[in-house]
Amino acid sequence: MTSSQLLGISTLGYLVASALYIATLIFKTKKSGIAASAVTLITFLLQTTGIGLRWYESYHMGFGHAPLSNMYESLVFFSWAIVIFYLLLEVKFNNRLIGAFAIPFAFISMAYASFGKGITQEISPLIPALQSNWLIAHVVTCFIGYAAFAVACGLGCMYLVKSSAEDKPDAGLIGTLPGLKVIDDIIHKTIIFGFLWLSAGIITGAIWANSAWGTYWSWDPKETWSLITWFIYAATLHARFTRGWQGKRIAWLAIIGFLSVIFTYFGVNFLLSGLHSYGSS
Amino acid sequence: MSIKKNSIWSFFASVKLALFVLFFLAIASVIGTVIPQNAPPDAYINEFGANMAKFFQILDIPDMYNSWWFISLLIMLALNLTICTIERLPNVWHLVVQDNLQTDIDRLAKMRPSKEILTSLSPDEAANRARASLAENGWQAKEAPRDAGILLFAQKGPWTRFGVYAVHTSILVIFAGAMIGSHFGYKGSIMIPETRSSDIMYSFSNEEPIKLGFEVLCKRFTLTHYANGAPKEFRSDLAILENGKEVLTKSIVVNDPLSYKGHTFYQSSYQSYKKFLVSLTDNQTKQAETFLIEPGKEIKWPVEDITFGIINREMTETPFLYKYKVWFKDSTGVAEPFWITDGDTTTVKRNGKDYTFALKEFFATGLQVTKDPGVWYVYFGCTLMLLGLMVAFFLSHRRIWVYIKQEDDETSVLISGNTNKNRPTFEKNFDAVNRSLEEKIKSRS
Repeated sequence: MTSSQLLGISTLGYLVASALYIATLIFKTKKSGIAASAVTLITFLLQTTGIGLRWYESYHMGFGHAPLSNMYESLVFFSWAIVIFYLLLEVKFNNRLIGAFAIPFAFISMAYASFGKGITQEISPLIPALQSNWLIAHVVTCFIGYAAFAVACGLGCMYLVKSSAEDKPDAGLIGTLPGLKVIDDIIHKTIIFGFLWLSAGIITGAIWANSAWGTYWSWDPKETWSLITWFIYAATLHARFTRGWQGKRIAWLAIIGFLSVIFTYFGVNFLLSGLHSYGSS
Repeated sequence: MSIKKNSIWSFFASVKLALFVLFFLAIASVIGTVIPQNAPPDAYINEFGANMAKFFQILDIPDMYNSWWFISLLIMLALNLTICTIERLPNVWHLVVQDNLQTDIDRLAKMRPSKEILTSLSPDEAANRARASLAENGWQAKEAPRDAGILLFAQKGPWTRFGVYAVHTSILVIFAGAMIGSHFGYKGSIMIPETRSSDIMYSFSNEEPIKLGFEVLCKRFTLTHYANGAPKEFRSDLAILENGKEVLTKSIVVNDPLSYKGHTFYQSSYQSYKKFLVSLTDNQTKQAETFLIEPGKEIKWPVEDITFGIINREMTETPFLYKYKVWFKDSTGVAEPFWITDGDTTTVKRNGKDYTFALKEFFATGLQVTKDPGVWYVYFGCTLMLLGLMVAFFLSHRRIWVYIKQEDDETSVLISGNTNKNRPTFEKNFDAVNRSLEEKIKSRS
């Protein structure tokens, strides 16, 4: 078994899990919900093994490094982080329906990693700029934040779907979703969690930049976009804490914030040029 | 006057302003990521046309993150943070240090959560048991007699109310660090050829030379590649010279710079000259000399009557690592060529004489030099921010009061709690105290 086989199976696993979660949402069957959780958990373990194996394989090739060094590896880790974050959420809030709005992100990330144009899956050695202990700290902190924001975005969509169907007498499948107040609360907590990790991600990036280039902040497009994302979530938190914003407004902000995350992640690499170019293939 | 001042003050203290500034900072920051920054003026004219380029010039777009209007937005943010903190801190301070044993008794029953237990125990005995159940759950109670009853009070984390202000302060500390860096620091570069040293660097901002006050010597630069041809390592063996004497040596690579007297030297680039450094030693006479040579040329060392030169090169099995064919003739007249790999040292034997011959490609190392006395303030600010965020998000100020009072022939035990956030977790803590209190009061002994 090679890491790329395991990661290939993981892509498929998350597709099946996404389908099962959505089926659970539509048909309200308990069994499909349990199956969805089981498939997600098993896939997650396979994916974890795959990531570990890829790490091991890189040592075997003579230039070992953590599998966090290019677009492919970051997408795999992004999906991994979304899943572990979601699974903890599922346990904590004892609700499977969130999965229908979270696991598809993990699948899309894996599918894009596997089939996206111009994304190389090859394990390649680290160029000098990436040879640093800050690599792991920076990528891990950023992507835990990104994963939380992805889930917050899914929850934001869930909130909007539910609140738009609220007035109708026959709420149908929407009726099985958690209450609006509960979703609102989870969105808020998820954003808080993501914000802390995004802050840590920006800070570790700054420290790394200073130890590699002697400049902790150079207004490089990637840096600037991560700061823009930070501003958006900082504004969201202030609007909630001090002006009492909640419900639809926060749901929309969770979606807008995640669009900014996506642009920080992909848009900067593909549309703008800068210091982070090694992340683009 | 005072009304006007107050309105300016409250404008800067408001969260509305914070939201606007954050929004405009986010929008404005986008511009500089789309329009290239610090490009030569012609680039803007070519890409956007002369009129647009002029417009950009007026608004400082080509260097927008240092423009007056962007800096003004940052100053607005800093003022907003400062004034908002000055405005709110006295209240928060009061909440942290206030004597909660003076809390209005009437308010206790209205708090959520709160619960009253009636018992036939004496007030003193009930107070003993309340004290014990608080202590058991980790709450250290203080107490005071109040309105013919006893008030017990315990709290956790009053200081956590400062968390959010620590985050705000951290941003100001980071700004201060950045200002210290830009006023008292500078950045620049030097290109030092191998075996040479330099005591000046060239500033990035105005390309003026800056005296370092000491010399940096590049002893050796090595470039290695991976099998796939990608660069593996750029390494410069540097030494710091004070009055011509070596005081510090370090081999630097990207991500591992050298620091000396407030200056930090980063590996940033290199230059190749298609020349070679040869160091040659006559092991009999101990005569030694270093030569900078071009391939294909005949080099003479008259003192030792030696002539040599590079006549060919081939790639070794390691990609991008070359070996060179050297023609070498000394006074004995033997001119047999030999192969030597880049960076190696070999012994050349000629009729009982032998020479040590070392050859490497000649490079200059490109170093970025930074003097930034503000960086530790920035790091301190970053640490403060992360700690502050954790406190502000996850810790809370939790308070529990127990008021015990004789009422007719019974004793009323009223337990009330309050938290400034994370209510569900607090309610669990509160329930634990409440449960143990009920058990203790109901048990006979």
